[in-house]
Amino acid sequence: MISKYIPIIGLEVHIEPNTKSKMFCGCPQDHFGKKPNSQTCPICLGLPGALPIANEEAINKTLKLGLALDSEISKVSNFYRKHYFYPDLPKSFQTSQKDSPFCVGGELMGKKINHIHLEEDAGKLVHQTIDGQKASLVDFNRSGCALIELVTEPVFHSVDEVIIFLKELQLIARYIDISSADMEKGTMRLEANVSLQKLQTEKKSKIQQLPNYKVELKNINSFKFLEKAINAEILRQSTALNNGEKLVQETRGYDEKTKTTFSQRTKADSHDYRYFIEPDLPPVYSTEYLVHSTKIELPQEKRERFAKQYKLPKDYIEILVADLDRANYYEKACKLNNNYKTIADLMVNKKMDLEYPEPAGLVRKIVELTKKDYASNEETEFAVNLAIKNNPDVVVSYKNGKGQVVGFLIGQVQKTLKGKGNPKFISQSLIKKLND
Amino acid sequence: MSTQIPLTIKETQEALKAKKFSAVELVDLYLAQIKKFNSEYNIFLTVTDELAYKKAKQIDKILSDKDTKVLSEKALFGVSTAYKDIFLTKDVRTTAGSKILESYIPPYSATSVLKLENAGAIPLGKLNCDAFAHGSSGENSDFGPTKNPWNKEFTPGGSSSGSGSVLSANMSLISTGTDTCGSIRLPANYNSVVSLKPTYGAVSRYGVIAMASSLDTVGPLGRCVDDVETVFKVIKGKDGFDGTVTNHISPFTDHKFKVGVPKEFFIGGLSPEIQNNIDQVINVYKNENVEFVEVSLPSTKYGISVYYIIQPAEVSSNLGRFDGVRYGNGRDNFGEEAKRRIMLGSYVLSSGYYDAYYEKAMKVRTIIKTEIDSVFEKVDAIIAPVAPTPPFKLGEKVDDPVSMYLTDIFAATANLTGIPSIAIPSGFTQQNLPLGFQLMGPRFGEETLFKLGKIYETAVEYKPKTAL
Repeated sequence: MISKYIPIIGLEVHIEPNTKSKMFCGCPQDHFGKKPNSQTCPICLGLPGALPIANEEAINKTLKLGLALDSEISKVSNFYRKHYFYPDLPKSFQTSQKDSPFCVGGELMGKKINHIHLEEDAGKLVHQTIDGQKASLVDFNRSGCALIELVTEPVFHSVDEVIIFLKELQLIARYIDISSADMEKGTMRLEANVSLQKLQTEKKSKIQQLPNYKVELKNINSFKFLEKAINAEILRQSTALNNGEKLVQETRGYDEKTKTTFSQRTKADSHDYRYFIEPDLPPVYSTEYLVHSTKIELPQEKRERFAKQYKLPKDYIEILVADLDRANYYEKACKLNNNYKTIADLMVNKKMDLEYPEPAGLVRKIVELTKKDYASNEETEFAVNLAIKNNPDVVVSYKNGKGQVVGFLIGQVQKTLKGKGNPKFISQSLIKKLND
Repeated sequence: MSTQIPLTIKETQEALKAKKFSAVELVDLYLAQIKKFNSEYNIFLTVTDELAYKKAKQIDKILSDKDTKVLSEKALFGVSTAYKDIFLTKDVRTTAGSKILESYIPPYSATSVLKLENAGAIPLGKLNCDAFAHGSSGENSDFGPTKNPWNKEFTPGGSSSGSGSVLSANMSLISTGTDTCGSIRLPANYNSVVSLKPTYGAVSRYGVIAMASSLDTVGPLGRCVDDVETVFKVIKGKDGFDGTVTNHISPFTDHKFKVGVPKEFFIGGLSPEIQNNIDQVINVYKNENVEFVEVSLPSTKYGISVYYIIQPAEVSSNLGRFDGVRYGNGRDNFGEEAKRRIMLGSYVLSSGYYDAYYEKAMKVRTIIKTEIDSVFEKVDAIIAPVAPTPPFKLGEKVDDPVSMYLTDIFAATANLTGIPSIAIPSGFTQQNLPLGFQLMGPRFGEETLFKLGKIYETAVEYKPKTAL
């Protein structure tokens, strides 16, 4: 039943950049866990007479993301006013972008990006009971915070594709240091537009039109939640279509208890945002920004380099690359010791990088560990003597000037010692005895 | 008493230095004048006597210390000022002439307010205006109309009604206003005082309640060109809070001036008294070796139409914040004019209508700008009336918004194109109502306008006058 349809999914990802200040004023951008309304000023409170000044750091970080995803950077970009009424939106409009956003197009993991724009966040409503009365309070700490929005084309056809894409995007945001992209702290937020398309037989291979509706899944705060929500929505839509029902454009949320999505808003009460260019902000010329940007290694580039340079297995690489700090730690350790595999092993399987905040500590530990495991000098000398005794013809070859046979003898020694011999000590001892 | 009050900054500062009176005594005089006439003319909405005395005492201290260095840094020492009630003043009620903000006490002051007071100005209070600066007569104030000190039955012009009348009523030495489409120039003209609508981007709008953000300008009113120039130089320049402000100045070079007379501004519809007056002004200039040439601005005839699309659009956006959640009073306190503009503005921005109205208006605006720029390649300034008629009677146009809108016909060009314009008094009608003209210059060409203004004042031996 469900196989008759193919999901068409597009994503809207909000990323809160790790700038020092908010989008249009000097208040701190980091609002997580701060005392309500302790980080506000006339500008982010939208007081009469207040005017915005665009945050250059936020613009830079948006352009950085665009460059990382091969977007085209708009030469001239404008901010727009997007109007709607909500108690957490003190100016009655959100300063955002519409035509000529900072980054147009782009691609990640073969998935086309529509655009990346920069906007400000709204405040937060907090619903409480005060003195037995229900009350809605507004915390404006988040009001006016910088927010990067990435919009993909509707090019995803499975939940797996979506999750892989989002995890890679999250990693890139961390690599290029534009955001902590932390779902729990809300510095990365997800929305998915889901619709189903009827699979057509190959004979009718003309370009298929996109479905005439889309369902926007909102308020998603983890990858797992998103996965469940999309799956539930695909099931709902396919059931409806199979029952001959017509699906409508709407916004839906996901209920963890019932494992189903529920309608939040239909198109009938959708907004006319009455966009127009924000007259208080002059146009932004990207050439004034791009000169400062330098190339940063992206996760995929690092994966390829790790495979080539350290010859690590794929699963090791994936674990190390997934955390830029650990990847950097690994490379620092590799500069101090060339047991690349051992270092990776200790980090991946034993998480020893947590024990040693400095890579040098881990490397000392490796040396220590390998030392401890070596066979004692007496055992080694016994094994050396045994090897010489058991291979008289090889010893003759050596004496006749065939130096390379030492390698064979070392192997024999290690065999006796079950690989626990100290290579340096073995070769010293062997050569000494052979030359006697 | 009022005759004792000097009428210009120069005279005031010389008298203070010569100890003819102290700054505190000067404040006494102004407050006495306010007390005597304000209830009759409805000019001040709030009088800040305590602040005025506090500041006056500081000035007197500086004067008695004979601290010449401090004095030289304070271009406006002892200059009494009053602000249109659309300028935010920290801890002092700011209403924008609207009941919505009847009890609003801002937590910060406008940049221009801070700059004036840092330069030694003494704040006397807040001036009546059309609610949210919507109007040309002051009659849209929710606190009642201001009456013209030259004749109580007439309007003082708007929307900075109090800012014009405070000077003709001799209640302050200078004042501030905002000009979105003539709102500084018209009240200056109808009160026989000088004013400057600066270049868009010359003076910070930070802390001034926005009407239409791409058109709003902040400027001074005074009794002579010198005073307006002095105040402009204090308030202009970057403050780091208004992204549209630059420190650009077009350098002034002394040469024979050439002034353009746009033929489209002088085709019928002008009151004969205004036409005659402008002709006289042109003759005065010609005698001073200023050349006049006819220029053409064919698209300016669309100025009012373009203005009445762009302006309501931005108004509808800027007023959205008064949604009843904050500021105390709810949306039912909006006056008829504000409601009209919110409706118009929301309409022209709506999807389906945006292209036909807002976008088209923006295109025409660009064409008007191009025309203006090309005219300023040929001339130093453009002369025009400030309004098509002398002051009209209170109530005369109040039920006819379109006729009221047409008052703005000569004002719109400067706001749509961002150019500066100076309005200068040039006599009185037979009914003893003020007359005047405006000179517009290229963007950041204020120096040229001051120079031309002074040529006229010198030629006619202009003497500032007050009505009361």
